[in-house]
Amino acid sequence: MMNTSINDIQVDIVVPNQTRYLSLIGNIGEAIAKELDRYQGDRETLAYHLNLVLTEAMTNAIRHAHHDNSAKTVRVQIHIDHNQLCIKVYDQGQGFDLESIPEPDPGAPVDHGRGLFLIRTLMDEVEYRQGKDANVLIMKKKLS
Amino acid sequence: MKLQIDKQKDWRILRLLEPRLDAHNSGELKDRILKLLENGEKDLIIDLSEVRFIDSSGLGALLSGYKNANLHQGRLVLAGPQPRVRSMFELTRLNQVFDIYASVDEALAEN
Repeated sequence: MMNTSINDIQVDIVVPNQTRYLSLIGNIGEAIAKELDRYQGDRETLAYHLNLVLTEAMTNAIRHAHHDNSAKTVRVQIHIDHNQLCIKVYDQGQGFDLESIPEPDPGAPVDHGRGLFLIRTLMDEVEYRQGKDANVLIMKKKLS
Repeated sequence: MKLQIDKQKDWRILRLLEPRLDAHNSGELKDRILKLLENGEKDLIIDLSEVRFIDSSGLGALLSGYKNANLHQGRLVLAGPQPRVRSMFELTRLNQVFDIYASVDEALAEN
């Protein structure tokens, strides 16, 4: 387990594998961002970006890893310490190689494939770890 | 997907009455746009002024509508995006694909 100190925030939530829960999780991210008075930048923009990366990561888990199987669940952890925010989204799918996902081609736009591009653009560090029981997408952002 | 459809000049105006356009409701928007085009509507304005959040699925549904409008010899333009929604088009460079107007009135005046 992660160690928490007095100013840390830690959220650990499990929701059914359904897109109707995207707004719930996204809104939690927004609400947390608005509380981060230690953040130097624009908190409203950070709030939108957290909503977005949570929505994108959850959509990947629900659609691509779990194939919309409503019997599955998605686990999301958000941890904030004094200078960093870390989001983990777990899935039980087959996994994928993050490096093999191509960047969208602005010259020939297609109507899918921008989710991970947005996550990588908006977060400082992105990593996908494949495990025996679950995989996890780890997204970090510096707060100062 | 709550939306209101009006007609002005030769344009059908789809006003999205949802605060979020994401993977939960973007498939329905894509279908509604396609159905309008298949029913012979050609020129569509998507009024985004009520939308305060859009994700990649929402952008994808609008892009699909744009392409389908072109295939049907029609047009699809966007109107009234809030600043953070508009910034998503810029981040993904889709602002180079869509004609984006500040309001429905501006879209009507310029077309």
